[in-house]
Amino acid sequence: MRIALGVGLLFIVSLVIFGATELLPGDLANELLGQSATPETLAALREQLGLNDPAPVRYWNWLTGALTGDFGVSLANGRPISELIGARLGNTVFLALYAAALSVPISLILGILAALWRNSIFDRMANAGALTAISFPEFFVAYILVLWLAQTGLFPSMVRINPTTTFGDRVYMTFLPALTLMLVVTAHMMRMTRAAIINLMASPYIEMARLKGMSPLRIVLRHALPNALAPIINVIALNLAYLITGVVVVEVVFVYPGLGQLMVDAVSNRDIAVVQAVALIFAAAYVALNLLADVLSTITNPRLMHRR
Amino acid sequence: MDREVLLKIEGLRIEGRAGDGWTEIVKGIDLTLHKGEVLGLIGESGAGKSTVGLAAMGFARDGCRITGGSILFDGIDLRQAPEAERRALRGKRIAYVAQSAAASFNPAHKLIDQYCETPVVHGVMARDKAEQDAIDLYRRMQLPDPKGIGFRYPHQVSGGQLQRAMTAMAMACRPDLIIFDEPTTALDVTTQIEVLAAIRDIVRQFDTAAIYITHDLAVVAQAADRIKVLLRGDEVEEADTRTMLDAPREDYTKSLWAVRSFARAEQPPATSAPILSVQNVSAAYGKVPVLEDVSFDIHAGRTIAVVGESGSGKSTAARVITGLLPPSGGAVVFDGKPLPPALKGRTREQLRQVQMIYQMADTALNPKLRLRELIGRPAQMYLGLTGRALETRIRDLLDLIELDPDTYIDRLPGELSGGQKQRIGIARALAAEPKIIICDEVTSALDQIVQEGILKLLTRLQGEFGLAYMFITHDLATVRAIADDVVVMQKGRVVEQGPKAQMFAPPHEPYTELLLSSVPEMDPDWLTRLLESRASVSA
Repeated sequence: MRIALGVGLLFIVSLVIFGATELLPGDLANELLGQSATPETLAALREQLGLNDPAPVRYWNWLTGALTGDFGVSLANGRPISELIGARLGNTVFLALYAAALSVPISLILGILAALWRNSIFDRMANAGALTAISFPEFFVAYILVLWLAQTGLFPSMVRINPTTTFGDRVYMTFLPALTLMLVVTAHMMRMTRAAIINLMASPYIEMARLKGMSPLRIVLRHALPNALAPIINVIALNLAYLITGVVVVEVVFVYPGLGQLMVDAVSNRDIAVVQAVALIFAAAYVALNLLADVLSTITNPRLMHRR
Repeated sequence: MDREVLLKIEGLRIEGRAGDGWTEIVKGIDLTLHKGEVLGLIGESGAGKSTVGLAAMGFARDGCRITGGSILFDGIDLRQAPEAERRALRGKRIAYVAQSAAASFNPAHKLIDQYCETPVVHGVMARDKAEQDAIDLYRRMQLPDPKGIGFRYPHQVSGGQLQRAMTAMAMACRPDLIIFDEPTTALDVTTQIEVLAAIRDIVRQFDTAAIYITHDLAVVAQAADRIKVLLRGDEVEEADTRTMLDAPREDYTKSLWAVRSFARAEQPPATSAPILSVQNVSAAYGKVPVLEDVSFDIHAGRTIAVVGESGSGKSTAARVITGLLPPSGGAVVFDGKPLPPALKGRTREQLRQVQMIYQMADTALNPKLRLRELIGRPAQMYLGLTGRALETRIRDLLDLIELDPDTYIDRLPGELSGGQKQRIGIARALAAEPKIIICDEVTSALDQIVQEGILKLLTRLQGEFGLAYMFITHDLATVRAIADDVVVMQKGRVVEQGPKAQMFAPPHEPYTELLLSSVPEMDPDWLTRLLESRASVSA
């Protein structure tokens, strides 16, 4: 059911993406040929690109192609889009996972500790810190990090990845972009963890645990956290989706060869086919992660897993 | 009793946060409990019973603080002891059984995991031994399937069973003292007996001392050796259970005893045609049938009580009458004409005729609306009143429910007591000027003195306006007090129905008999006798 809904949603998104690019002014063939356009070459190119077909036909061709991994060819340089995207998608996912591996544990631990010691100095410091980090725009955070950590030579400010780069080097080179992303997403997850736990601390079963003589840490971890998982999982999924789709600015700052870069380049080149493909991948990532969050929330809730 | 003193509380004072300041909610209570002794703590809500019970564990809820007095548990001063020492006692030597087991079990863990937590964390026994022990205690608490029930989640187990599982959990470390905080209040009469008997037996078997908190005298009479009566944080009196029941000294205690004596004057038998009749109604939630071939009549000026335990279909019948749940068969006939089955098909005039009052006034009133709006909206919607006329009507309604209009008209529900909220529920129903009011367990969340006030009010209003009441309840004392006709329901069917006098006189249907005999009586030997007679019948 959920999966069908997700697929349906993706379908609608693909329509919107296609429709939006249809609405863009200008003629693709004209753009491509530029100065060298003659009526004959224009007509030939239109025929070659299938631009003369009615919109529904072109949509159908694009969609069926995309489903089999064939996004067509780049209008800018004629290379297959799947080839362009392939390596970059890997890079983007690597960066997203890297940032997630840093931020999810840290925000969970900070959130749990803040809930445990609520209204303490620690709680206030953690909140203030996280809010400060989220309040600055990403590029600002990124440049500050470059100023502090790259100027001193600790970490490289640009990421150059080629097929021979070892995993260790990659982790080292990608540290700054990952740290930037972590600072941006931690606040959400931490504050949701804290709020979800504190929200439960007034429940009768928490009072019961206290009256059973359990320690505060055990109460938070074993009695409150399992019941707070659903909102926490959802906010983590939302932030992971952001890590994949929202990295455009960070990738540009660190010249990171990811999807975001590709999209920016494609937009400035008017490479509509690439823009469409990347947008569709971003949408798919969003839908898939939210679907995953729903599934996980269901699994962690005994009331849904074990019917009466 | 010359046994060793286990718990000695002297001059206990506790304050609760009220707005910006603190108000005293327990005003110097003394309490002595010997080993193996059961003390009943009774009083209406707000008397400070639970607060005192928790203080016996050295615990104060958030927003409360213990400000004076001493709490000595087996020679340990719980007020002076460090938190770690108090924590080591809780669960191990002093255990707690909460009012609503359904809310007090953690929904994320299996029952047996929650059982084993206390003995394992306190280092009393290892996990596998604790599991064996849990199964043994589940068996002693007469839970069905003692081997398997622990491996279920709380939502998979019924309320009465959860309450017994919670008592078993409290017993896990064989504590010296258990605080029972209204353990049977949320249960219906037939379940209450089982839980009460199980609690009494296990406390005796292990010679555990207990503080039994309740507002129901008849219940505490079965379980307690001594009874202490509290009123607004003060002690009224304390005596042996039998002495207290036979010869209460204080006026307040006497008034508690007298509450159940309220009874409405007998009405002559109904002669006119019924105002509403439920005819052969069947209904289902999805594929699950909940009502089968249910028929009864409601007459103007009379009260029909629908009784039965939870799950018997009482409230579903009300949902069918109001149109919230369209029946799968049969019809609801109002004033000779069948009502459209679904809410959407009914006219506003038809909707106006049947109004409801709910069990939980807390959740049935929008907390963000002032009383003026809460009561005014039905008057505006059904009767088209506006401006001056509406204002007058709201004030009249407040007068009717005995709340001073000038004081209350602009209050929010949160600023009212439980009984006052229920009065607002009544006023809201009255505002539509209905012919029939359905009262769904309207008094079961209230303590007895407040209950009596609500019942008196309903009776007076019935006399003034010739209202018909359909009174859904599991409390037979209430039925005895105000009903004219009684319908007994079980598993979605009507087991028996007729005028009250006939219903309360033998012979009864077996199920009616079970319900009737389950109403606790103000006699300390009642439960023992009842269990004996039931055992001899089944033997």
